[in-house]
Amino acid sequence: MGPSGTGKTTLLRLITGQLRPLGGSLVVAGQDMCTVRGPALYALRKRMGMLFQNGALLTDLSVFENVAFPLREHTDLPERLIRLIVLTKLQAVGLRGAAPLMPSELSGGMARRVALARAIVMDPEILIYDEPFVGLDPISLGMILRLVRRLNDTLGLTSIVVSHDVHEIIQVADRVYLLSGGRAVASGTPDELEKNSSDVVKQFVGGLPDGPVPFHYPGPDYFGELLQRDLRQSA
Amino acid sequence: MIGELGRSLVGALGGLGDIGLFLLRIVADTPRALLRFDLIAKQVFNSGALSLVIIMLSGLFVGMVLGLQGFELLQRFGSEEALGTAAAIGLLRELSPVITALLFAGRAGTALASEIGLMRATDQLSAMEMMAVDPISRVVVPRFLGGVIAMPLLAAIFSMIGLYGAQLIGVQMMGVDSGSFWSQMQGAVELRDINEGLVKSAMFGIACSLIAVYQGYYADPTAEGVGLATTRTVVTSAVVVLFLDYLVTSAFL
Repeated sequence: MGPSGTGKTTLLRLITGQLRPLGGSLVVAGQDMCTVRGPALYALRKRMGMLFQNGALLTDLSVFENVAFPLREHTDLPERLIRLIVLTKLQAVGLRGAAPLMPSELSGGMARRVALARAIVMDPEILIYDEPFVGLDPISLGMILRLVRRLNDTLGLTSIVVSHDVHEIIQVADRVYLLSGGRAVASGTPDELEKNSSDVVKQFVGGLPDGPVPFHYPGPDYFGELLQRDLRQSA
Repeated sequence: MIGELGRSLVGALGGLGDIGLFLLRIVADTPRALLRFDLIAKQVFNSGALSLVIIMLSGLFVGMVLGLQGFELLQRFGSEEALGTAAAIGLLRELSPVITALLFAGRAGTALASEIGLMRATDQLSAMEMMAVDPISRVVVPRFLGGVIAMPLLAAIFSMIGLYGAQLIGVQMMGVDSGSFWSQMQGAVELRDINEGLVKSAMFGIACSLIAVYQGYYADPTAEGVGLATTRTVVTSAVVVLFLDYLVTSAFL
């Protein structure tokens, strides 16, 4: 968790090897992400599933084909088996009936559930969610929230959920890391975090508009700028 | 001034280097992509079959204009029977490959660039990478090869329809003898003329498709970025096609 612009998505991109760290060390599933590349990186990614913020469904493929996509690309399974696996995964997210639809016919919440089915179709060990709750109506949000927890428990996954939705995260997470200013400023179970007395944690968990994370973007002195005579220097 | 010129020259050379490396990646992935011909066939349909109407209509009108202008000019020398030869050589060697390429850049090239650019903007390419699928092999190469295959076919259809248009005006309307029109054409057109058109359309196919997929793949993932990639595709393709046209024409003379 962490406020916007604090580096959550950047951290995810580092974990998935979409960005390469310039320094430090980063080990994911035993692989050093500072050096891994090419086929080894792709082999590692086959062990991961990722849910993008907007679903990132392939717009020229139907819901069924989107979920079948990783199977068709990486396996030689017979069509009957692919159909079976895809329908099972779509059933798990409640969208078996939407299999023939195209992504343009889905709502935001449905697209995210299809993307979730696609992310688990290869039975990954690590499932990564980038802001899965943004812009969802309460019903879709509740569904996604339950799915995140249920998939984690039934499939025995490691789930990494990046979000700034405090209350949703606290409901599903075993452990929470709070990022601020590019650093992990607090960590612990949701209970521990709620009891944490640090100003940053209190501001974030309480949703306070001003605090260690300032409300105002840094700029010149307010009155000085208002009273400035030479307008050419002003923004 | 000199510094700025130097910087733009270095920038242009860097851009050429980038597009060259991109072409090398495409060529390296091509053998693997050829194994999945269904993906390429779909792109031949998208770039080729969906461009047919505009190519056929343009071919017809260009042929009709050739018929009118050619007849008017040849009549001055009393050799209007040579209209078929003039139209055929003009179309095969020059007009078909060039106009087809310009239309292709406007119809299929922009579609390719904006499609790939939007895939980038909506994280579809990143999603593929996360599914351990290389977007160059899965998205770029089939679209590139689809364009390369479609272009000579479209140019051939353009020539065919153009000749029909020239015949329509010359023979049906202006009264040029039908036998002379076709027989003089058959006698004068050589394999070399057809080859020149083929070489041109193949080169234009490579250039236009490469520019379109490159611009789309490296588009900024914003609405403005995709719009800019589309515009660049048309402008760069048009300039490159005309430049290559000069090079190939001078090589064949």
